[in-house]
Amino acid sequence: MSIPTTNKQAVDIGKANKRKYMLEKVSSRIFLICALLSVITLLLIIGFVFYKGAHPFVVEGYSFIDFILGDDWVPSEDKFGIFPMIVASIFATIGALIIGVPIGLFTAIFLAEIASKRIAKIISPAIQLLAGIPSVLYGVFGLAIIVPFLQNSLGLVKGQSLLAVILVLAIMMLPTIVTVAETAIRAVPQTYREGSYALGVSQIGTIFKVIVPAAKSGIMTAIVLGLGRAIGETMAVILVAGNSLIVPTSLTDSVRPLTTNIALEMGYAFGTHQEMLFATGIVLFSFILILNFVLAKISSKGGN
Amino acid sequence: MRYLKDNLLRGLLWLSAFLSVAVLVMIVGFIFYKGFNLISFDFIFGDYSPTGGGGIWPMIVTTIYTVLISLVIATPIGILAAVYLQEYAKQGRLVRLIRFATESLTGIPSIIYGLFGAVFFVTTLKLGMSILAASLTLTIIVLPVIIRTTEEALKTVPRSYREGSLALGTTKLQTLYKVILPSSMPGILSGIILSVGRIVGESAAIFLTAGTVAAMPESILSSARTLTVHSYLVTQESGDIELAAAVGIVLIVIILAINLIATFISKKFNKATNK
Repeated sequence: MSIPTTNKQAVDIGKANKRKYMLEKVSSRIFLICALLSVITLLLIIGFVFYKGAHPFVVEGYSFIDFILGDDWVPSEDKFGIFPMIVASIFATIGALIIGVPIGLFTAIFLAEIASKRIAKIISPAIQLLAGIPSVLYGVFGLAIIVPFLQNSLGLVKGQSLLAVILVLAIMMLPTIVTVAETAIRAVPQTYREGSYALGVSQIGTIFKVIVPAAKSGIMTAIVLGLGRAIGETMAVILVAGNSLIVPTSLTDSVRPLTTNIALEMGYAFGTHQEMLFATGIVLFSFILILNFVLAKISSKGGN
Repeated sequence: MRYLKDNLLRGLLWLSAFLSVAVLVMIVGFIFYKGFNLISFDFIFGDYSPTGGGGIWPMIVTTIYTVLISLVIATPIGILAAVYLQEYAKQGRLVRLIRFATESLTGIPSIIYGLFGAVFFVTTLKLGMSILAASLTLTIIVLPVIIRTTEEALKTVPRSYREGSLALGTTKLQTLYKVILPSSMPGILSGIILSVGRIVGESAAIFLTAGTVAAMPESILSSARTLTVHSYLVTQESGDIELAAAVGIVLIVIILAINLIATFISKKFNKATNK
């Protein structure tokens, strides 16, 4: 831009600058609106789901306690109790954690600390890739392989069971746990290992007493992410759960977790029935919040 | 005693790794072994036939529609939101609120998104069970992914680039689209590609918002089924594991291709910045 020599030119430049400032202002507002959209959608989601789900209890006079602790779910008879589903969801999640977390964590340690570079270079990306496989396919595998296997080896009438759900969810969370935990373990500085070796600690001792504690927060993230995938899983679980509405008393019982209840009945539900499915969603949502909270507590406690 | 314990733990490490790899190899092997016989040109490009023997082209088209529509909406919003958070916002309560919302959105299970989509897009906005309703729901699901990866990409642009550009007398906006966005493009791109994977793999939310009609969608307002929903339905309704596995092969190949492209882009990106 040249130095203005006449009045008219000066005015033109002033106008151009004004336009530029306007543009700056407008665009920064647009950026802000885009960023606020995520807040708005979150509010909308919570608002809609809670409005729908709370309606039967607040307006129609259903008891929330009966809803949570009731054993019977018979929408046609106006009976809405989700206790069996809550128990199924809790058992399925805890079971999957018990199997999936140690195996996933040990695999991550193996890949980061024990395996030769060549082997780790092949296996790690392959496992990472498996984290991206659609979860439905885990369900198809579960129904075709795990369910008949349980049926035959345990002599069950029906292989679709709590145990099948636990196994499918444990397998499904493996890639996530392995990938995230491996990254965390690899991020532990080399000096930690050297220091530990210099004190005469064996490789295995170093891994479990020095490296794993040092990578703890990353490992916790891995577990939370794996858990998130397991607890919200729906379609794969429908295929292997059996969907019976009973409180499970053994691993071989057929179950219906919270997520499957929503997906199975949402297609034809209306009125109070539909609202009760939203209420099921609220319970699932609270369940996830509580679990994340507990896990965060556990990890911060371990830190002290 | 110590050696015994060490060896025991070492053995457990090997065993776990072996188990993980074996199970995962088994799943992929199973899908390919079961479904391979069905894969043919006609299967992929043929029209669906309810009596069996048809192709899955309508489901592929539906999947492509959902990917395109969700990305067309989510990409600009996600990038601009990330730009705001990284380049414009003053750190404070508002930014914390936005970050909290984005993180919370990541943690919501997809069945809840499905519920929301079913009541908001399908019923309240009267879109009906349709590709559009499903795509809008998916937009919300991938938005946090795009925001986060774009933010990471923006962080890698050196401060000196911004200073150099501003020192030349450019405005903030000019610096943004002439300097910052081009140099963070590869990172943004791999975020978008990862979102494609998320959309292709999603099932529960789509099941509740797009419905299950097995036919070529006439418009984006038609109900239709994606590949994942098709795979689920043929397993659940007819127990046709072979067909479900064949659809699975197509899905795995898509995911594989997506990952290869993302890796390729980020490798290229790393080379360019390390120079």
